Amino acid sequence: MVLIYTEAQNGQFKKASLEAITYGHKTAQAMGTQCAAVVIGNADNPASLGQYGASEVITINNPNLGHFDSQTFASAIAQVAQSKNAQVVILPHNSSGKSLAGRLGIKLNAGVVSAANTLPTVEGGSFKVKKNVFAGKAIAEYEIKSAVKILTLSGNSVQPETGGSEATISSMDVDVPASKVTIKETKLQQGDTAPLPEAELVVSAGRGMKGPENWGIIEDLAKAIGATTACSRPVSDIGWRPHHEHVGQTGVAIKPNLYIAAGISGAIQHLAGVNSSKCIVVINKDPEAPFFKAADYGVCADLFEVVPKLTEAIKKAKA
Amino acid sequence: MKILVCISKTPETTAKIAFKDGNTAYDENGVQFIMNPYDEWYALVRAVELKEANGGSVTAINVGPAANDVVIRKALAIGADDAIRVDADPQSAMFVAKQIAAQAQGYDLILTGKETIDYNGSSVGAMVAELLDLPYISYGTNLVIAGTTATITRDIEGGEEISEAGLPLVISAAKGMAEQKIPNMRGIMMAKRKPLNVVPAVAADDLAVATSFSLPSGKSEVKMIDPDNMDELVRLLQEEAKVL
Ligand SMILES: Cc1cc2nc3c(=O)[nH]c(=O)nc-3n(C[C@H](O)[C@H](O)[C@H](O)COP(=O)(O)OP(=O)(O)OC[C@H]3O[C@@H](n4cnc5c(N)ncnc54)[C@H](O)[C@@H]3O)c2cc1C
Repeated sequence: MVLIYTEAQNGQFKKASLEAITYGHKTAQAMGTQCAAVVIGNADNPASLGQYGASEVITINNPNLGHFDSQTFASAIAQVAQSKNAQVVILPHNSSGKSLAGRLGIKLNAGVVSAANTLPTVEGGSFKVKKNVFAGKAIAEYEIKSAVKILTLSGNSVQPETGGSEATISSMDVDVPASKVTIKETKLQQGDTAPLPEAELVVSAGRGMKGPENWGIIEDLAKAIGATTACSRPVSDIGWRPHHEHVGQTGVAIKPNLYIAAGISGAIQHLAGVNSSKCIVVINKDPEAPFFKAADYGVCADLFEVVPKLTEAIKKAKA
Repeated sequence: MKILVCISKTPETTAKIAFKDGNTAYDENGVQFIMNPYDEWYALVRAVELKEANGGSVTAINVGPAANDVVIRKALAIGADDAIRVDADPQSAMFVAKQIAAQAQGYDLILTGKETIDYNGSSVGAMVAELLDLPYISYGTNLVIAGTTATITRDIEGGEEISEAGLPLVISAAKGMAEQKIPNMRGIMMAKRKPLNVVPAVAADDLAVATSFSLPSGKSEVKMIDPDNMDELVRLLQEEAKVL
């Protein structure tokens, strides 16, 4: 069986979880088995995961699992995996999935591949899967040799597909210790744009912006298409933008469908984190800017003129 | 307070990425290596700051061959008091984690970087924590220690979370936890005399290993768009690229 760890926020399953179910369903098909989802805590309509390919949903409610803690959650997931004889456990490659995968690897004596971005090839006894390495500058194929395999799925690598039917639901009791971590405060940004690692559309800007007071045009463009904003490293280092917007080799690695970069030169460390984007638009006044070589579409002009024009053109096209 | 900082060696960020032996191994020929930036800039620097403020010691640990000693000496120059090198040529995160766990008894705090910039696994910290049965908090952007309690701010999708846990524990460090620090001459001189203990590896299997590598297919030629015709760009994004 292929087991998927899912998460809900305000009752709604996160997109990363739905992607993981679709991916898990296809992996299970290739292995000639079924895909089951585990849901810890409250989620609206767990049976709906059947639409994305889960044949079974296992719900867990335990007072010791009231907040996320990799130690207690890994313990619960490992118990489900063992009782269901899971051959593969799949988690989203997000903050919780990453901290669970390593723990599950130890608990289940399982090889771990994080940020897988293609379906595994399952042939005979061999199980291989690809992921980006060197921050996107290369691709590696990994072989997992253990009986149980653990994967985290890189965001936006597969799109959730519906077409299945309702899943059967069962609840399971697990034995977990009390968490040794207390949550003091959770601050979530307001607004309805996707967090950067999950975003499908990203508008990013760099030092060419001259100062933080000029970011209004970038925010307007992002708003016009519903994109998340990002920035180059120097811009976050000097405090023009918050750290979590920093993309690149030493920031967040992203792979949105569309990446629009304004006033970013395209240094190798920046490209590393963004070159897996499906479509890249570069706006730069320097025709020699290295970023043009990595772009699908380029506009060589002053961003202070072009960006507002692009925003207007988008609004017009949408109207 | 005894702090252990896990440091990894990675190719310098502008290093060429090429493979050898029929694309089965990274070609290190001519490549300059550095300390993994997250380990150095955030985990190690914060550990040294905590030691300077609260007393105690900082030990840097690396699992790798003798060639890694240069990177380890840099950690000593930045302010680690001593270092351990587990003598091995690691092939998987689990192997590394088992080596670190075998050396990690008696520390109050174990810090790692949030991920390495070569294999981008982001899993050693969690594995070490599990092996030692300790709490693990990933992506820490701020860390304060008061007595035996750690208060950590960490990045989560779309925001941040502040949590508290007792020592000992394992934390992975992300941008924000500290500022990059360039070692000074005195640090570099002192580093030469600080202890670097080389220990043998314990037995551990590689359960997941990279078997082949490839390079991403190159982009086709960029299409330049007339700056006075943004309608055309929008049309291409909608109809050709189909991303809007
Ligand atoms: C170890 C290491 C790790 C690094 N990691 C990262 C990383 O993760 N992410 C990252 O981004 N960087 C990283 N860097 C930094 C990287 O090398 C570059 O310095 C950085 O990406 C440059 O940022 P930038 O493009 O915003 O600024 P610049 O290189 O200064 O480029 C600004 C660009 O704006 C253009 N411009 C200026 N004015 C206008 C205008 N009016 N209209 C249009 N265009 C204009 C210019 O032509 C120029 O191309 C790293 C560096 C090192 C050494």
